[in-house]
Amino acid sequence: MSETILSVRNLTANIDGTPILKGVNLEIKAGEVHVIMGRNGSGKSTLSKIIAGHPDYEVTGGEIIYQGKDVVDLEPNERANSGIFLAFQYPLAIPGVSNLDFMRVAYNAKRKYQGLEEIDTFDFEDLIEEKLEVVKMKSSFLERSLNEGFSGGEKKRNEILQMALLDPTLTILDEIDSGLDIDALRIVSDGVNQLRTPEKSLLVITHYQRLLDYIEPDFVHVMQEGKIITSGGKELALELESRGYDFLDDKSTVEVGI
Amino acid sequence: MAVQIPFSTISQIDKDTVVEDIFFTGLLQQCQVNQAAPQWLKDLRQQSKSWLSRLSVPTKKDEDWRFIDLSALTAGKFVTPRNIVGAFRETPISETENSRLVFINGIYNDELSNLAGLPQGIYVGSLNNLPDHYDAAKYFAKQPGADAFTALNTAGGDDVAVVWLDKNVVVETPIHLIFIADGETEASFAQPRTLIVAEIGSSISVLEEYFGTGEYFTNAVTEIFVQSNSRVNHTRLQQESDLSYHIGKTAVSQERDSHYTINEINLGAKLFRHNPEMWQQGEQTETNLNGLTVATGEQISDTHSIIALSKPHGTTNQLHKCIISDRAHTIFNGKVFVPKEAQLTDATQLNRNLMLSPKARVDTKPELQITADNVKCAHGATVSQLEAEEIFYLRSRGLSEDDANQLLIDAFAKEIIDRLPLESLRNRITQTIEQKIKH
Repeated sequence: MSETILSVRNLTANIDGTPILKGVNLEIKAGEVHVIMGRNGSGKSTLSKIIAGHPDYEVTGGEIIYQGKDVVDLEPNERANSGIFLAFQYPLAIPGVSNLDFMRVAYNAKRKYQGLEEIDTFDFEDLIEEKLEVVKMKSSFLERSLNEGFSGGEKKRNEILQMALLDPTLTILDEIDSGLDIDALRIVSDGVNQLRTPEKSLLVITHYQRLLDYIEPDFVHVMQEGKIITSGGKELALELESRGYDFLDDKSTVEVGI
Repeated sequence: MAVQIPFSTISQIDKDTVVEDIFFTGLLQQCQVNQAAPQWLKDLRQQSKSWLSRLSVPTKKDEDWRFIDLSALTAGKFVTPRNIVGAFRETPISETENSRLVFINGIYNDELSNLAGLPQGIYVGSLNNLPDHYDAAKYFAKQPGADAFTALNTAGGDDVAVVWLDKNVVVETPIHLIFIADGETEASFAQPRTLIVAEIGSSISVLEEYFGTGEYFTNAVTEIFVQSNSRVNHTRLQQESDLSYHIGKTAVSQERDSHYTINEINLGAKLFRHNPEMWQQGEQTETNLNGLTVATGEQISDTHSIIALSKPHGTTNQLHKCIISDRAHTIFNGKVFVPKEAQLTDATQLNRNLMLSPKARVDTKPELQITADNVKCAHGATVSQLEAEEIFYLRSRGLSEDDANQLLIDAFAKEIIDRLPLESLRNRITQTIEQKIKH
């Protein structure tokens, strides 16, 4: 049996005193791809931010066990350096920070954390040049300010480039597909698939079944009101696509009725 | 140059009343008369002296000084040092090794200056040695606008740094003017004065730098005349000591088709005030003002600019950025005048402030006065803090909180630093700012 990478147990969390996660349970093993779907406001993006350590959310109960260790009290950078990567739904544009410098600083932060020597500018350029292939980006992207003036697709490809560079064990893709045209979606998911290995896991947050034609999941979960209300295989996503989320409402009503 | 002054910067002057302000009088008594100076300059100094006797130190009641309290300055006792030891630190700017002029406490220092790298067609040196065929009297103290501190400088100044560029001469080597203040043994007073004339069709880059040690008061005035079709790229670097006071003016008159750019970097001094005054006097002139102020501790740093257009097809772009932390206070006041004659003006002005501490203070006042009806003018001011979401984004990629903050601060400053003309200067300033904010 493969190793458990992430185990979320009974996780509850607040934002500004308002409960937003109300007991989430999720277990992800090495090599697995899990998908969380759900309506807007169901808590799926919140869950991804909380796993990454966003300071706005207060964990009020439960655990986030990553590789056997509870990470709830770890800083976001400590989580990142130990191998958790969140690809943002809306990657931020930061004028004045060159994409290349940013990636070098991030890469060296991880090396430092691992007790390795920092890599110099020239060696880093060789390294990043190889990774550009993964998302079919031109090296001119590296000269530009981080995400500034990037199209939606370019921003998402840049996220996957960072994923390729930082080589995370657990990657969370938060709506990586929203707003992408079919070509961009194909490039992004090809990139993600190239980076998959039996040791690494993926948690994919999405609204749309379409993404799952490109990144094939092992498990699909549905979140509603801060909880995972149902889980299944790939067919659950197809069912959601054809019947909408309302059928789940009926289902829960029925269950409550019993 | 016929100049039309849109207003007077002196509001408090009363021609008939002799005030004999104690602070000004005390400082003037310190100043020695330079016997080597030409007669016209001696006359001018006398005139300014008489004028200054009718002026008092501005207070918060004066509109142009209402954000800044000069009482700590006026309470100080400053003397012009007789023996100058010299606190020269090697400025690591390799590009200007052979084109630097050094003044210590306002006096030209031949030993530290090195002008071996200058081409033909340019004079760089003290006014005392300026060849006769240069008509300095035509330009010296001939800028529009006036104020008490400029009058003080003219009345009591000693030496003058002159950069004079002949017609059609293009100088690639940057000229470095270094003004060092030494206030180690006693609180000192110096009045650096600079005159730059770029004749028709010439081009030059000038770096004007101020630093020092101990407690002192620097009252600096720089006058620049940019003749038709010439270009002056000017960097003004202020890294005065923590205990010092620095009041400075940069007055620039531009003829038609000329380009002038100032990059001001303000990092030092306990109390700092800079008045860039730009006078566009011909058609199709271009004026660019880039400013970066970093204030920490209890520093007060004030930039008060005037850009006065007067002819059609003028362009002006101003971007002034401030980073403020601890209990520091920065002020930006930017006046732009676009009179009826200045049709087809293209003017932009933006002041952006990054506050790193809840106790920091910013005053910002962009001021456009436009009476022309066919112009493009935009102005604005922003005050922000480091964005929590940006910090989280960087931290989610493994950067520590400190490193994420530093990266964002660097990014804010970079927009101005990138406009500095020399690479070694860009590197030095970036490092200085990082260290300054860490402490």
